Amino acid sequence: MTRTPFILRTPSTLIVLAVLAVFTITVTLLSAAYGTGAIPTSMVKTLGMTLCLALAAVAMDLVWGYLGILSLGQMAFFALGGYMIGQWLMYARTEGIVAASLSGNPIPFTPQELRDGVTNQIFGVVGSAELPMVWGFAHSLTLQLILVVAVPGLLALVFGWLAFRSRVNGVYLSILTQAMTLALALWLFQNDSGFRGNNGLSGLQNLPGLDHVGQARLSVWFLWASALALGLFYVIAAWLVSGKFGSVTRAIRDDETRVRFLGYPVEGFKLVVFTLAAMITAIAGALYYPQAGIINPAEMMPIASIYLAVWVAIGGRGRLYGAVIGAFVVSLLSTWFTGGRAPSINLPGYVVNWVDWWQVALGLSFVLVTLYAPKGIAGIFDLIGRKGDRA
Amino acid sequence: MSALLEVSGISKSFDGFKAINNLSFSINAVELRAVIGPNGAGKTTFMDIVTGKTRPDEGEVRFGETGKSLLKMNEAQIAREGVGRKFQRPTVFEDQSVADNLTMALKADRSPFSVLGWRPSSVSVARVAELAAEVGLSDAVDRRAGELSHGQKQWLEIGMLLAQEPRLLLVDEPAAGMTLAEREQTTSLLCRLAESRAVVVVEHDMDFVRRLNCKVTVLHQGSVLAEGSLDHVTRNPDVIDVYLGR
Repeated sequence: MTRTPFILRTPSTLIVLAVLAVFTITVTLLSAAYGTGAIPTSMVKTLGMTLCLALAAVAMDLVWGYLGILSLGQMAFFALGGYMIGQWLMYARTEGIVAASLSGNPIPFTPQELRDGVTNQIFGVVGSAELPMVWGFAHSLTLQLILVVAVPGLLALVFGWLAFRSRVNGVYLSILTQAMTLALALWLFQNDSGFRGNNGLSGLQNLPGLDHVGQARLSVWFLWASALALGLFYVIAAWLVSGKFGSVTRAIRDDETRVRFLGYPVEGFKLVVFTLAAMITAIAGALYYPQAGIINPAEMMPIASIYLAVWVAIGGRGRLYGAVIGAFVVSLLSTWFTGGRAPSINLPGYVVNWVDWWQVALGLSFVLVTLYAPKGIAGIFDLIGRKGDRA
Repeated sequence: MSALLEVSGISKSFDGFKAINNLSFSINAVELRAVIGPNGAGKTTFMDIVTGKTRPDEGEVRFGETGKSLLKMNEAQIAREGVGRKFQRPTVFEDQSVADNLTMALKADRSPFSVLGWRPSSVSVARVAELAAEVGLSDAVDRRAGELSHGQKQWLEIGMLLAQEPRLLLVDEPAAGMTLAEREQTTSLLCRLAESRAVVVVEHDMDFVRRLNCKVTVLHQGSVLAEGSLDHVTRNPDVIDVYLGR
């Protein structure tokens, strides 16, 4: 029996891909490196990072909007992905610098001297003379790239297995996920965690061996990579939720007990979606932090994951494009309002300064959306034109 | 004839209250059985134990020719063994279409990765259409289940149970909230189903039980009070005392 290809059955996927392509081309043509320069490099980076946040929001929507688990620890996976790629970026770049400075010596340096030099450079700040065990793979890009998905994936798998097996649900599960990300952040804050404590990893915007390229061009490359990742995983996520698998996950969201009596191993489904979402989030993080340039454990604090949930809620959970819209609108508005350029409102006797009041406005809009527009911004598409499809 | 389900000597107490007290029950592979009893007699707990929702404190529950114990299995595993359960309140997935609901219930491999690879075939599409026709929802296959009337939801759930092709069907108060015509339809469907499998109907309504015209088990305070034809049990003085006489 012939069936319409999946992509044609979900027109929203095609629209998202088209908008993404137009967006990427437009930014490229307006960038300093490849176009007119109307968009400064810092803005290109912000947009590239926003694409990564949108990808994280898509993964969050899979877990929350489709599976019904309000994970408040999703950004732990995001930051872990960033840490994993950051290790290689920092190690390889420091190695280059140390090698260059050592080569000035009359006697050729030994690998041990190089290693000590790198260790000293990276860990001098936390007073450690030895390279921590967790940096054992940092010399290899391939290994660290594997760790980008393996570490968050494994964490999600073990955490999910323990939580789902004991049938922790609802608010309790949300609290558990929050505890997980908080515990991880507190551990990373310690100097002896091996990840430079609260200093985090820095200088990530400099790609080893690509110093001659310059940030203007690199920022556009990362924008492309982020757009590609968003497009690819958007299609994968849309495919995942389109068939019977998506049907079962939505059924689990709505009535888990009933799904069990149909014979479906509910825990297995939760584990697959949760782990996959964690890995997608980690990839988003691995693309985000080289654009941000710095990562520290504060990125893992529960508030970051709560923001992610707010974006998905405001954008419209339960549909993937809602997550993308939410991440874009809210995080870009946030950048604008907190950037100090939003005009203050002069009230008699008080000046509303947006840098201070933005959080209040965001909180208020979250409450309003939850109460009056549970479908979020994406609900607008239901009002204009025909009803959107389920992808 | 050997029993399909053999429940022997199960007990279950909740905070000291004995919901099930040394209950034994068995049903053949092809049989229709009505379970009646006053509120708190342990009817629902009995179903919960058979379907794996509740673990008994003691006793044994065996199923199938090989007498597999159901006590070590979870709800999903028991459902896959061939035990279907119809809840009192219709529980269908309201956000999804009638066809999606039925497709989910179709007998097929349930593991996440095989579900991921599952694609509709001409066979599955035809089977869904056939099931929809059987429960009178042919015109509604593309409608959201949430838009259906109460009676239609009951029928959709029955259709989903048929799709599972269970060997043992546990039905909790099927007549609740149904019109007279719907009750008659339900009775004939249950009788027809019992021609090829075991069906246990838990019911309050004596008229409905009479219509089923089958062996009746009367539960009281967590154990079997009487068993036999409806006329037989209604003549039992104990039964009259605790249930019918009120």
